[in-house]
Amino acid sequence: MNWDMAAQAGIWALEILAIAVPVALSVAYITYFERRVIGWVQVRKGCNRVGWAGLLQPLADGLKLVLKETIIPTTSNKYLFIAAPIISLMPALVAFAVVPFGETTLFGLWDVMHSMSMSNLNVGLLYIMAISSLSIYGVLMAGWASNSKYPFMGAMRATCQMISYEISMGFGLVTVMMLAGSLNLTDIVQAQAGGLLHWYMIPLFPMLIVYFISGCAETARTPFDLVETEELVSGYYTEYSGMWFATFSLAEYAAMILISLMTSILFLGGWYAPIPALDFIPGTVWLLGKTAFLIFVFIWFRATFPRYRYDQMMRLGWKVFLPWTLAWIAVVGIFIYTPGLDSIINFWMPWR
Amino acid sequence: MIKKALKTWLLWELVLGLALTGRYMFQKKITVEYPEEKTPLSPRFRGLHALRRYESGEERCIACKLCEVICPAAAILIESAERDDGSRRTTRYDIDFSKCIYCGLCQEACPVDAIVETQEFEYATESREGLYYTKDMLLAVGDRNEKHIAANLAADARYS
Repeated sequence: MNWDMAAQAGIWALEILAIAVPVALSVAYITYFERRVIGWVQVRKGCNRVGWAGLLQPLADGLKLVLKETIIPTTSNKYLFIAAPIISLMPALVAFAVVPFGETTLFGLWDVMHSMSMSNLNVGLLYIMAISSLSIYGVLMAGWASNSKYPFMGAMRATCQMISYEISMGFGLVTVMMLAGSLNLTDIVQAQAGGLLHWYMIPLFPMLIVYFISGCAETARTPFDLVETEELVSGYYTEYSGMWFATFSLAEYAAMILISLMTSILFLGGWYAPIPALDFIPGTVWLLGKTAFLIFVFIWFRATFPRYRYDQMMRLGWKVFLPWTLAWIAVVGIFIYTPGLDSIINFWMPWR
Repeated sequence: MIKKALKTWLLWELVLGLALTGRYMFQKKITVEYPEEKTPLSPRFRGLHALRRYESGEERCIACKLCEVICPAAAILIESAERDDGSRRTTRYDIDFSKCIYCGLCQEACPVDAIVETQEFEYATESREGLYYTKDMLLAVGDRNEKHIAANLAADARYS
């Protein structure tokens, strides 16, 4: 009995490492990739000095951040000040617990396909939404604990922005739930089996756009990075330096990976190939490939778009995205319950 | 109006912007990777100063001190004395490059083209003392750059 529990705990620890370590490493290399891509767009070469083609640059950056002095302002609330980055990193990592990275029979060991997620939660989508809203608390705490005006204003902006966009994001996902008939991420992907036409990006294209742009806002990426602008001296983490600063950017980039993963799972058919004939390539490769492309789109956005003004950002969230998502829920609902029209929408509802 | 609404809903202008940056992404890069690659320098480039010699090896400077007088940063210090053969020569010719503003007035003032500015610009040091050049050092700069100095003066001669 005890051995079983110990074995289970060991497996969990391995699973956690198998997710957390690649996430941390990919965060490091996304920063590198981001600098290269932005450099290319600006007709520069980007960082190519440290190691071959600059590939050791993230390591050098990490080393620098670790060796830097951690400054804690004397007027700050020290416990909150240190807790804030941890509290913002934790939800970003915990959310990966329910993300299915593919399906496997473990080289034929199992008879049925198992979902490659730490926990195949039945309310996975709800869990992701709940956990990703928690990261606001870290931001808010950072702004409050710094006891300094720019972090405070940055935290206020960040909180408003995240709460506003959470709503349209959530409503956008309601349409996915309506089509998939499940909150389980594995089921949602399986409902999109059968090629490009079955992916939810076809019937829910506006929701894909809304979800992805809200994701930009949620992770405070350009064009919505007004929470960390120059006029606020980089916003809520103005007072942070060294490793705690790195923790914040780790959380931010992990959230970006999560949004990209979720977009590919919910709208781009997860681990399925666009054409069933291409299914010989492992599903995980497809899923990670789609995710990598979306991360590239994030960076592409950053290299292209200027920053929104605060009131414009609020207007977009409340007056454009919210009506659109609500309208699309009504449209999908009408299609589902109107005799005649339901035969069209049934194409995307294989469970019905 | 429908066209305008479609453009708004399809985020057409954003797509155009993305296409533009997407095109730029594959353009030839203009980065000059400095220590390995260098941009071309003008013959009039004003870098490290040098004291020149005639072909016989005799130094050109006649200690007229016009450069010391005209120097707006008072970076030049000259002391002179009569040499054994009766000619007037400098015993001391120092330039403090932490004061020098590289205006080129000393070069313009010099009647014998003795003090010139070379195209050498990579002489950063870790101390202020390292930027204080004495007569021997300036003559050495002139000796190792004489070919370039002569070529640059010749290239610029028809404009001056």
